[in-house]
Amino acid sequence: MVTINIGSSDFAAILPILVVCAFGIYLMVQGVLAPRIHKLTLAYIGLAGIMIAMVSNFYLLGIETDRAYFEGMVFVDKLTVTLNFIFLLTAALCLLLMTSYSEQEEIEFIEFTPLILFATAGMMLMGCAESLMIIFLGLETMSIALYVMAGFRRFNRFSLEAALKYLLLGAFATGFLLYGMALIYGTVGTTNLTQISAYYSENALNLNVMALFGVALLVIGFGFKVALVPFHMWTPDVYQGAPIPVTAYMAVGAKAAGFAAVLRVLVLATGQAAFEWSQLLWLLAVITMTVGNIIALVQSDIKRMLAYSSIAHAGYIMIGIVAGNETTVSAVLFYLVVYMFMNIGAFAVAGIVSGKNEQHVDIKHFAGLGKSQPMLALVMTVCMFSLAGFPPTGGFMGKLYLFKAAMESGYTWLVIFGALNTLISVYYYIRVVVAMYFQDSKESVKMAAVLPGVGLVLLVTLLGIFYLGIFPGTTLSLLY
Amino acid sequence: MLSIPVHYFLILGAILFGLGVVGVITRRNAIVIFMSIELMLNAVNLTFLAFSNYLNNVEGHIFVFMIMVVAAAEVAVGLAIIVAIFRLRETVHVDDIRLLKW
Repeated sequence: MVTINIGSSDFAAILPILVVCAFGIYLMVQGVLAPRIHKLTLAYIGLAGIMIAMVSNFYLLGIETDRAYFEGMVFVDKLTVTLNFIFLLTAALCLLLMTSYSEQEEIEFIEFTPLILFATAGMMLMGCAESLMIIFLGLETMSIALYVMAGFRRFNRFSLEAALKYLLLGAFATGFLLYGMALIYGTVGTTNLTQISAYYSENALNLNVMALFGVALLVIGFGFKVALVPFHMWTPDVYQGAPIPVTAYMAVGAKAAGFAAVLRVLVLATGQAAFEWSQLLWLLAVITMTVGNIIALVQSDIKRMLAYSSIAHAGYIMIGIVAGNETTVSAVLFYLVVYMFMNIGAFAVAGIVSGKNEQHVDIKHFAGLGKSQPMLALVMTVCMFSLAGFPPTGGFMGKLYLFKAAMESGYTWLVIFGALNTLISVYYYIRVVVAMYFQDSKESVKMAAVLPGVGLVLLVTLLGIFYLGIFPGTTLSLLY
Repeated sequence: MLSIPVHYFLILGAILFGLGVVGVITRRNAIVIFMSIELMLNAVNLTFLAFSNYLNNVEGHIFVFMIMVVAAAEVAVGLAIIVAIFRLRETVHVDDIRLLKW
């Protein structure tokens, strides 16, 4: 006989997720019942929901943390709270981007706000998962919402193609992930991550083929979600085809969620086994950085360039994962926060420059931006310098912490590869800056107006990048 | 009672999973690819149930319910996307759907 004990403290542990889901359901019903409601009203209600979820996230700090809830399904610790914060902030910024994007493209977006809320709920579930089941559920909640969001420009062939590719390859990867989970379940006899961790560290030396194969399939599944080479083929196509705010959301949120699950499973759970895997992960990190950066060199489309840059950045984050020591979690979290600011900033500027129907997404369309729109050019420059890793931006400090974590574990060569890759990446980031300040635009590009929502996003990203670059210590101690 | 050993189920699951993978890689019709993915998920379901029965542990059964729910949601979204593509392009052949390439 199975008895289930669920108390009110269990629900308190997932309060932000409940808030976000409740607002998502409410907005969906509202959109159906009152279809003529102004679309911006829905977006602002959604933003209010995200704000309430952020406040309730602080409440999580107050309840008894560092323990599992829902009979070992959900785990609340500082990592959970920080990840929730990252996901909610990403959702809020992307929703603001979408409000102005929908004006520019004149698309209906009643469904968009609920979808982004549901995707965020899925990400937060992944961040607090203590069971393979919850990781799977969160991953799919996020992915299914993202499939729809990628195809949101329903009458645009690029957008639909992106949705189809994302769907087919995403579901394919989910199959591998699930098979890995099945094999791990069969080996250990439970889906609880703590017990799996105990099993893997006890039997680290005599794991059978099934146990190792299970972890390998899990790595493939997660590798797809965070776009590690060689599982990255979908990334540039999907990022290019999807609407820009959705691309920003995928590039930041989905990647952060994937790394949240990687942290939960590979670093915190299968700790000892992950050590055995560090050779494989080491190789993945190096290939991912190198391939991402080298292909990014030849891209002319800004969205594709940022897609390959996001692949390279997944490689940098893998450096921290490979390190696998006590500084890993805080270094990875810090990098995810920085990555959020700099990528959303870059995509926000790209969204404004691209104009109607995303006609002007080529890097040459950025020419002359320094004269015509100095503020936009400034934000883009800061984001590019931060992505390339120049001080005093947050990107520099983020890379520093990741490399430091790897050095502490003795991965000198990995750090050297990382530094070389940073040098390669400078070329294509600077190309955008050069285009903006030192080239004159041949054709007069008609740009969308900068609406207050986007202005706010640009301001937040600018402040965020500099704050993290100049005062990293305070943030780092807050994160983990 | 005569019972079928667990590894029979596991081998069947592995074969079904392999067939699904081969289907995804070789077929060119989006709907058939999607069916192959469903085959992979069902192979996983079978594996979970076999383990669950063998270990006498209920978690595998619950996991299978989750997979079925998620697969149903995925089919709903997936077929909607495929229909939308067909309306726009009048094809669901993945070789024809390749505007995005580097």
